[in-house]
Amino acid sequence: MTDVLFVLFAVVATGGGIGVVTGRSPVASLLFMVATLASLAGIYVLFEAHFLAAIQVLVYAGAIMVLFLFVIMLLNLGHDYRADLKYGSWFLLSLVVVGLTAGVLVQGLMGTGETGLRAGGAEVAAALDAAVVEKGAVGVIADPLFTDYVVAFELMGLLLLVAIVAAVVLAKPRDPEAGE
Amino acid sequence: MGEMQELSTFWFVTIAAVKVVAVFTVVMGVVAYMTLAERRVSAFIQDRLGPNRVGPFGLLQPIADGIKNIIKEETMPGTAAKFYFVLGPALAIMPAVVTIAVIPFAAPLPTPVGTVDMVVADVPIGILYILALSSLAVYGIVLSGWASNNKYAFLGGLRASAQMISYEVALGLSVIAVLLLVGNVTLTETVWKQQQLGMWFVFPLSLAFIFFLISALAETNRLPFDMPEAESELITGYHTEYSAMKFSMFFIAEYAHVVTASALLATLFFGGWDIPFWTGDDMFRHEGGWIRGFDEAGAPIPATPSVLITLLTLGAFCAKTGFFLLLYIWIRWTLPRFRYDQVMHLGWKVLLPGALGYIMLVAGTMLVLDQLEVPYGMLYGGVLTAVSGITTLAFLFFVDRDRVISGAHRKRNVAGRRLPVAPKAGGPAATS
Repeated sequence: MTDVLFVLFAVVATGGGIGVVTGRSPVASLLFMVATLASLAGIYVLFEAHFLAAIQVLVYAGAIMVLFLFVIMLLNLGHDYRADLKYGSWFLLSLVVVGLTAGVLVQGLMGTGETGLRAGGAEVAAALDAAVVEKGAVGVIADPLFTDYVVAFELMGLLLLVAIVAAVVLAKPRDPEAGE
Repeated sequence: MGEMQELSTFWFVTIAAVKVVAVFTVVMGVVAYMTLAERRVSAFIQDRLGPNRVGPFGLLQPIADGIKNIIKEETMPGTAAKFYFVLGPALAIMPAVVTIAVIPFAAPLPTPVGTVDMVVADVPIGILYILALSSLAVYGIVLSGWASNNKYAFLGGLRASAQMISYEVALGLSVIAVLLLVGNVTLTETVWKQQQLGMWFVFPLSLAFIFFLISALAETNRLPFDMPEAESELITGYHTEYSAMKFSMFFIAEYAHVVTASALLATLFFGGWDIPFWTGDDMFRHEGGWIRGFDEAGAPIPATPSVLITLLTLGAFCAKTGFFLLLYIWIRWTLPRFRYDQVMHLGWKVLLPGALGYIMLVAGTMLVLDQLEVPYGMLYGGVLTAVSGITTLAFLFFVDRDRVISGAHRKRNVAGRRLPVAPKAGGPAATS
């Protein structure tokens, strides 16, 4: 049952990903993206990462993608972007990136040593189950985030703040009397 | 006593299926009769009769409406994006009907095959599941507005997306106060913690309740927040071009959201299925058994699930949810619609900073109480109630001073026959 669902979600996620880059209109691309994100959330649920799945849907599918949709509709994009889709040096570069990423993934999935994703396996799963019972689905994530990784977490917050300030500065209409 | 018999896989799946069908049917029934209630209550408020011809007291009216909507002609605007036009209503209705699944509606029911939780799916992320899925509801509205290829519909869709994103923030932040007090995100534990505190969270978290009520009204796009529809400005907004059953699906979605929001309000702030002033119905899963609470030594007191308690608690839950359903209708037919900038102002400049500050206040009070080692109970809740009560009064005092709802204090001056203060010469005009 789990395997069937996994294959289903994986197919939808991959198909959605292909749809994003081949979609004919920006809205279609966006909906494919939402399908991909939702399928990823489904896969997270199969891995019993419920919290991650909820955040995935809440933040990415439910908030960020809606903002994208908002922008696409406000700008009412036509087909002006067609000229940018030429098969040029970018196409070659993207092939290289895809190849490298696939290599890393295969290495991670197939490797059985320290670096392999399957290292630990059942023991890690059992430890995770025990942690969920003890701390709850959110606590498992929150506990290390606010103890071991608190500096990294705060730095991420700072980075986002900088990005927001930068966006506001860029979006601010220039004052014609300032004389720049 | 208190021992728990686990369900076998076969019975778990069977009972889960039965619960899904039962809850779905009940919600759809409530939605159908909510339309009738809306019309009858609005008629009462406006001193009319309302629909009373079909069946006794008009009770068969929803069925007549349903038949009418199914056999009506479906129209399809010539310039609409056809695929998205059909997809819109489907996307609108889906999140609306699945969110109710995680809300516990009664105490556990003992059956010959084991004790059955009276919730469709007690997922470990509880409230986050509801927030996540209801955040998807906006796609249906935005897409149908865009696909209709109609300026009014499009404006309605854009308004919907801006409004729902804005109020999702306030909604989430007001829930955090509840999560602080519960210490977990599951709704079964929310009910249990309210039973243990000896009071419903509406008292210790009164301001969070007010924020949640307002945000939930805005999230369901009901008056006074029905900017996406706004008949006087946008015809009917995003569903202007829809007819027959597709049109009806938007309404089913809206009422299903109202039902979920009411059930959620009852669960988060009014004890869920808890019966007030009676500890006999307190029940929670604890180390493989059912417990009623802990005695002074900290040992668990076992509880026995019974059919009677399940029925009584189901009644309590229905009464509370029904009250909020009525409140929704009542608000809709009492308050006028906000202006769009007022909606945005309230969401971003009042509710968001207010909710953030309130979270700090609740967390700070809880920290002090925990440091003083006050046990989780009446005293704990009492202190929080006092702190929250003062904050709520201060909040209401500040909001109602011509900032959000204009004219409130000027009206009082007229009633008190006080003359307006004359503007100083050369000074700013004496308007607000």
